[in-house]
Amino acid sequence: MAKILTAQTQYFTFDKLVLESKQELKNVTVAYETYGNLNAAKTNAILIAHAFSGDAHAAGFHAGDDKPGWWDSMIGSAKAFDTDKYFVICSNVLGGCAGSTGPSSINPDTNKPYALDFPVITVADMVSAQKKLIDFLGIKKLLSVAGGSMGGMQVLQWAVAYPESLYSVIPIATTMKHSPQQIAFNEVARQSIMADVEWNKGDYYGAKHQPYRGLAVARMIGHITYMSDKSMEEKFSRNRKTASNSSGADFAADFEVEGYLQYRGDSFTKRFDANSYLYITKAMDLFDVSGYKHVAKNKDLKFLVISFASDWLYPSYQSENTVKQLKLKGYNTTYIEIKSTYGHDAFLLEVEGETKLIKHFLNKVSKEI
Amino acid sequence: MSETISEHIEYTKIASVIKPDSKILDLGCGGGELMNYLIKTKNVNAQGVEIDENAIYSCVEKGLTVFHSDMEGAIEAYPDKSFDYVILYNSIQQIQKADTFIEECFRLADKIILGFPNFAYYSARRDLFLGRSPVTKNLPYQWYNTPNLRFLSIQDFKRFCESKNYKILNEFFFTSNKSVNFLPNFFAQTAVFVISK
Repeated sequence: MAKILTAQTQYFTFDKLVLESKQELKNVTVAYETYGNLNAAKTNAILIAHAFSGDAHAAGFHAGDDKPGWWDSMIGSAKAFDTDKYFVICSNVLGGCAGSTGPSSINPDTNKPYALDFPVITVADMVSAQKKLIDFLGIKKLLSVAGGSMGGMQVLQWAVAYPESLYSVIPIATTMKHSPQQIAFNEVARQSIMADVEWNKGDYYGAKHQPYRGLAVARMIGHITYMSDKSMEEKFSRNRKTASNSSGADFAADFEVEGYLQYRGDSFTKRFDANSYLYITKAMDLFDVSGYKHVAKNKDLKFLVISFASDWLYPSYQSENTVKQLKLKGYNTTYIEIKSTYGHDAFLLEVEGETKLIKHFLNKVSKEI
Repeated sequence: MSETISEHIEYTKIASVIKPDSKILDLGCGGGELMNYLIKTKNVNAQGVEIDENAIYSCVEKGLTVFHSDMEGAIEAYPDKSFDYVILYNSIQQIQKADTFIEECFRLADKIILGFPNFAYYSARRDLFLGRSPVTKNLPYQWYNTPNLRFLSIQDFKRFCESKNYKILNEFFFTSNKSVNFLPNFFAQTAVFVISK
């Protein structure tokens, strides 16, 4: 019987961060959680980078919660990221709305929420905030940085920016840069938020109404891109909602898939900030570590690149391009495309395959330290 | 049991020609048994390419570096002379354009170690003589499920090397669990060649 992790979010604050844009962000807070214990030599730390809408709560249960962290299936005792062996850290990204400084945080210059006064942030900025946290925790070199989707982008950015501070990296279902299609989906989502009258040019904090409709629609678009044609067929088919025998004239949710998207959209508005959505998706679109100049200088760095066969949001060819660049530079790179029908969501669901790979990979990396 | 031993003999011969600490690309590496053997005995720096997903898991379990890809798609990204040896062990018969592929492998390494089942093995000849497609221990497939596109003999391969001006540096022939030196094209089930340009 595996131990049940109890988790608690912690906060690390530092006085300023110089952003990629050269702008300075003052009074920066990074929300984070840790699982397992740091060994005396501080060589067993793994940073988990979360995807777009994730947070620092990656594993275990918060007191009173009935749902565990977002990657609990992978992080814990005897799991892929084995907390009996490793010290696992996960932090909420800069620009987010789950404890780290973002557009909904108080601007120390005005004592009001930043809203659109929040500076443009990049994936590199998210990673430099993480680096500050790692330094604060006294860790010189991470055993690994792992993450899927936008988490994978942070992983690649770590390899580019701090190769000497890493033994290995695990980018999952990700890319070195967004394709026009990926930018297009994000743009539709942003437009839907900005088209909501309650958005009010980003100035809605404390207002009576919030831009929930726009944010919900943005999330619905996201959800469609996370699934696959096949997984939607399996999950919903053309099934009607039990209460629905309408002719469709009222444009209510007749099909189960409609109800599902509406539910996911609405529940998202309870936990996510519309401006964070704008800032973070923009950071993803601006991200580009393709090209020679960006590949890490630490030749001992080991890569485990994972993609999924039915992922059409971050298709395998993008991971293969990453792998090609790494091969050209002679890096120790293992690549696998896991057969899956779950689409992009596979990185959260294909636990068995990922566990097999990550467990052995980390085992090998730790042995070689 | 005998298969493991026979593989072991082939591995020993392959290892005997490989310089310690060299860089190796194993194309069609399967579960990584040969790479693992060469790493353990010769301390080589090896990476593999394999199309089968389950074989990839076996490789990662052994701590090996491996790319999930078909062989043709995998080799284009490597810079010239990235390796000391390219190994094509029981995989050349699955390549669409074997001649251009071998030429491309020479872009990556000066030496190619190539092993394949001998289609002119006597029991294969007997099968053909009796009017059926050969099914032997080293060609275990039926016509409808074989991954093999090419059916070559030891003689075919030697002629191929001659026509391309490839030098044969070493040649090893095997049947079951032992080496074959007498009439290998008739008695050997498997051949391993080391070639250079």
